[in-house]
Amino acid sequence: MSNTPSDLKYTKSHEWIRDNGDGTVTLGITDHAQELLGDLVFVEVPESGTEVEAGGEIAVVESVKAASDVYSPVTGEVVEANEALADAPESVNDSPYEDGWICKIRLSDTSQLEALMDADSYATHAEEEEH
Amino acid sequence: MPFIPHTEDDVRRMLDVIGADSIEQLFDEIPEELKCRSFDAIPEGLSEMEVAVIMQQRAAQDANGLCFIGAGSYDHHIPAAVWELTTRGEYYTAYTPYQAEASQGTLQLLYEYQSMMTALTGMDVSNASLYDGASGLAEGVLMAVRVNRKSKSRRVLVPRTLHPAYRKTVDTIVRNQKIELVELPFDSATGKTDLAALEQYAGEDITALIIPQPNFFGVLEDVDAMTDWAAANNTLTIAAVNPLSLAILKPPGEWGDSGVDICVGEGQPLGIPMSSGGPNYGFMCCKQQHVRQMPGRIIGRTVDLDGKPGYALTLQAREQHIRRSKATSNICTNQGLMVTASTIHMALMGGEGLAHTAGACHANTQNLVGMLTALEGVDRRFDSPVFHEQVLTLDAPVAEVLHALSEQNVLGGYALANDYPELGNCLLVCATEKRTDTQMQTFADTLDRVLSTHRKGN
Repeated sequence: MSNTPSDLKYTKSHEWIRDNGDGTVTLGITDHAQELLGDLVFVEVPESGTEVEAGGEIAVVESVKAASDVYSPVTGEVVEANEALADAPESVNDSPYEDGWICKIRLSDTSQLEALMDADSYATHAEEEEH
Repeated sequence: MPFIPHTEDDVRRMLDVIGADSIEQLFDEIPEELKCRSFDAIPEGLSEMEVAVIMQQRAAQDANGLCFIGAGSYDHHIPAAVWELTTRGEYYTAYTPYQAEASQGTLQLLYEYQSMMTALTGMDVSNASLYDGASGLAEGVLMAVRVNRKSKSRRVLVPRTLHPAYRKTVDTIVRNQKIELVELPFDSATGKTDLAALEQYAGEDITALIIPQPNFFGVLEDVDAMTDWAAANNTLTIAAVNPLSLAILKPPGEWGDSGVDICVGEGQPLGIPMSSGGPNYGFMCCKQQHVRQMPGRIIGRTVDLDGKPGYALTLQAREQHIRRSKATSNICTNQGLMVTASTIHMALMGGEGLAHTAGACHANTQNLVGMLTALEGVDRRFDSPVFHEQVLTLDAPVAEVLHALSEQNVLGGYALANDYPELGNCLLVCATEKRTDTQMQTFADTLDRVLSTHRKGN
């Protein structure tokens, strides 16, 4: 069973969101997602300053099997990207919720987070997708 | 006999299984008005004997003259061994194998091709080839736009000295992708891209700069200055080069302080016959840091579980069968057969052989230009160093002169007025390593007669 920390918010497309409490959030892909993708060989992170719309593509994670888009569930501006992933894409596999974070986004509106799934809903969603 | 494997009985049984009355019924969803009922424009079939007669008649209409035309396709010697080996059954496959790893021989050949191309261009990485030089350049432009994420303008500077067919092809492919192509003029005296015109864009958001070398006029561009200008302006560089010239010219990977980002070109000079303009193949190389945005296939060398070397397709994850519309390219065919011939050609010639050929082309063109400009009414148009082509001015209409020459079995060059109205009386000539002194003298004598006849006629 994949790890889904209870202090995070989740999306149906398998991203996690951490509320940093200062108007920014951190985004990554879930443990479940990295298991499905297999060993990552490359992560294309966004440029700082990129404006992103909720539902828009924000990054590309590439494994030996596939290159998949990562979507932002929130609208805002990218304030920082995890440049360390350029040399260590495997961080997303080894530590999806800590070292494997992808980028930080300054929210245009903090109420956007309310619509996201909590850990239990996401775990159920991921399990349903399996079947 | 129709070459269709299904008998009527086969077809009927298949239709029964899926519950359809006829094959036509399978196309019911196509609106009636869109269906093409007859093929009136296509004549009835002919027998093999009848077709052979027609094709022989048509082949006899081809001009078999002495070729002094270059302009993007070049009459080079191809050792007989090249196509003898290429057309062996083991190699004679025109396309990427779909069970790629089962074809270790093909993959090893492509790997060696890539290694040769990186050596020739001085770049880090080569793909397994593209469709042709012109579409390869269009792919280079699309790749540069993907790579240069800091640039938001999607503006690409295209020198007017770039091959006109390449300019048209790039325009056709990128026009509807919100990419703006901006033409850079050339200096009328030198035939080189005007660096002052380039300087006007300093500080502006320019996504990429194309650098042709040699340019369409045969002239060598100021490639170091252009590459450095682009680097200082956060503009990506795309070199469009003649691969044979790289045997004696500085490779794009060494242009300026840090080399170009992407290098493309037409592979025809490396073992591919001119044959009515194709098939040819395009090549593409780039810096390591850009490899994930490179279209096409790349073959990698690896080891199997027993530690034995083997070859595998690599970086496939961004190709169209996985990424669909988001793929790095959707026209990323490679030209397997042409690349096979080219790899054998390069292996047979070696670096020294290619350099010798390139040097002979340069020397022959210099000799030819010397002979022609000694004639009355013929002058050099540009005062710049060239590789193996030169623009001449004639004191007579070029189209008429070329027609008169062709009647004497001399294919005298390319009329630049077709693409450059400002070069109305200009002729682009080329003498490859195949042209002998006698042949060049024949050209000069014939041209002299044609021009003096024209002068008397006026």
